[in-house]
Amino acid sequence: MTLALSGEEVAAKLEPQFPGSIIESKGNNLLVKSESLFDLASFLKTTPGLDFDYLTSITAVDYYDYFEVVYHLTSIKHNHSLVVKTRCYGRDNPAVPSVVSLWRGADFQEREIYDLMGISFNGHPNLKRIFLWEGFQGHPLRKDYL
Amino acid sequence: MEVGRAGLYVYSDTELDRAEGAAIESLKAHCQQAIPDPDKWLEEELRRNILLTSVDFMLNWARRSSLWPVICFPACCAFELIATAASRFDISRFGMEIIRASPRQADLMITAGTLTWKMAPQVRRIYDQMAEPKWVIAMGACAISGGTFAQSYSVVPGYNLIVPVDVYVPGCPPRPEALLYGIKMLRDKISKKSITEG
Amino acid sequence: MALKTEPFVINIGPVHPSTHGVFRMRATLDGEVILDMEPIFGYLHRGIEKLAEGRTYTQNIPFTDRLDYLASMSNNLAYVMAVEKLAGISIPERAEYLRVIMAELQRIASHLIGVGAFLNDCGAFMTPFLYMFREREKILDLFEMVCGQRLTYNYMRIGGVSQDIPEEFLPALDKFVRQMPGFIDEYDQLLAENEILLARAKGVGILPKELAINISASGPVLRGSGVKWDIRKADPYSVYDRFQFDIPIGSTGDTYDRYWVRIQEMRQSVRIIKQAMEQLPPGEVLTEVPHSLHPPVGEVYGHIEAPRGELGFYLVSDNSIAPYRFHVRPPTLINLTALRDMMIGWKIADAVIIFGSIDICLAEVDR
Repeated sequence: MTLALSGEEVAAKLEPQFPGSIIESKGNNLLVKSESLFDLASFLKTTPGLDFDYLTSITAVDYYDYFEVVYHLTSIKHNHSLVVKTRCYGRDNPAVPSVVSLWRGADFQEREIYDLMGISFNGHPNLKRIFLWEGFQGHPLRKDYL
Repeated sequence: MEVGRAGLYVYSDTELDRAEGAAIESLKAHCQQAIPDPDKWLEEELRRNILLTSVDFMLNWARRSSLWPVICFPACCAFELIATAASRFDISRFGMEIIRASPRQADLMITAGTLTWKMAPQVRRIYDQMAEPKWVIAMGACAISGGTFAQSYSVVPGYNLIVPVDVYVPGCPPRPEALLYGIKMLRDKISKKSITEG
Repeated sequence: MALKTEPFVINIGPVHPSTHGVFRMRATLDGEVILDMEPIFGYLHRGIEKLAEGRTYTQNIPFTDRLDYLASMSNNLAYVMAVEKLAGISIPERAEYLRVIMAELQRIASHLIGVGAFLNDCGAFMTPFLYMFREREKILDLFEMVCGQRLTYNYMRIGGVSQDIPEEFLPALDKFVRQMPGFIDEYDQLLAENEILLARAKGVGILPKELAINISASGPVLRGSGVKWDIRKADPYSVYDRFQFDIPIGSTGDTYDRYWVRIQEMRQSVRIIKQAMEQLPPGEVLTEVPHSLHPPVGEVYGHIEAPRGELGFYLVSDNSIAPYRFHVRPPTLINLTALRDMMIGWKIADAVIIFGSIDICLAEVDR
């Protein structure tokens, strides 16, 4: 069975390296600040014992005050999983660092989130609309679209 | 234009993308009304009280007996179309097993799947490239009116906004027998046509 | 005197006989060799995720059918399992076994098309495709016996399955399960050592193991590259931990390995169906679930091993009748990430085969 790692355990491991970047950790989730997301992610990927080499999925959810980007990580080697979340505030130009250089599987998924939710990913090499055409006004999956 | 290396993207032509996007937006703005179904001439049959001439008869027989469909397979109905063309519900007994990739050699477009605004210019282009006489069968609920997806932001509510449709086959997806019945209806329609109309 | 050449850009698709649907590629070619390639999709983007936020949990089950229409039972299964996890509903034993039987039959049907279309692309025009369709029609007859539909079944419900199997089903399934291994052997005889297939598919479009893990590939694409990762064994769901079956894995990650993995998976599916048929208990098939389901506030990520890879549903609930967020983790979209890497350096004819070996279904890529 894939063991879903608890947020507190992983937070305890991460706290010494990245003080102040973890906002809360309850259940299987870990909520982090978006500025330190990239460093945390590369730590999670490369540390032996954690070894999260497989990015299962990236999603974004629109809670009206903020957008939440959710990363589901899995380790094929140790067969455990973790959920990492980050938030970005503001509806005009929300932005989050991109993890494409760590896990290439994020490529199309981040483009999809940009297309449908409007969240930009800093560092993505080819951030343009993927499902809708250039010239489409708005971001359909936002809660205030139609 | 940069030739890419193995690695992350370095080439992607945004100029072309923007031009295509503008084409889609203009098509969307122009095609908000349904094109009327091409069967006005059916009402005029009452005025024609002579039997069809033998020329008409031969031409219509030739046209309806080997309709060649063109490839237009967006979505799920495509697999019922392929199942109709496979060996159990043989479409080859109607002379239609050649599903042509080139629209210039086809005379029937069986639209099997949901149409989105992004795909609409391409379907219109394929339809325009087919030579006269040509017919369209709208297969499935999505082709008739948008189906389950009719309220979506990117779905065209029915193919008859883009191309004129001759026969509508309902179903989601329609069974192969239903599609064969629709093809039979189209053949009956063709047999009533005369070369003096358009 | 050297001949001066220039690369040119050509457009393949979206209306193309070998692109398995409306998929478009902008390829930069030097003669016939591909230098660069950009995949473009979105021609079938129907906005399912947005539409699902306006429908109840039960009304969303037909939407999931139309995601990967060649594996509708698997899509249904993933969704209802995610909702049951969210709402804390447990289902009867008989329903679990019926779900497994349907999911494995669906895996065989989907792989039949995957392999048939791949061989169609290789040049065996229509013959293996029609043979596969003959077997697929037998499976579709079984499904029609159970739920009345041939392609988009809408069979699973939150709390079980919608109706019990009729009496004719088990004898017909038994007959099918006896015939299927013989058919796969017939296929192997014709194709496994076929010179043309080996020449066209071996060594073509290699996906190395590290790259496969890095791009989050799943399903036969990942297993063809040598990674032993199958959700049915790694994170067993439903009653899969009660069956014995193997996970075939390839060695090099070329198109022939992915084709071989699919053929072996069909054999293993037949094995699972036989065991499930023997262990099928009597009883109810649907628990009592309130007519308007209000799952508690929370979120869930439920995943299964669909024929094309790891299909996951991420649902967020705010205690109302419709999901707050409905997200599908599409295996085929993520498998396509490495398409560009796999194609550079090969010719156009190989590009068609490489694309066919990933076995995508556009409705799931685009949702």
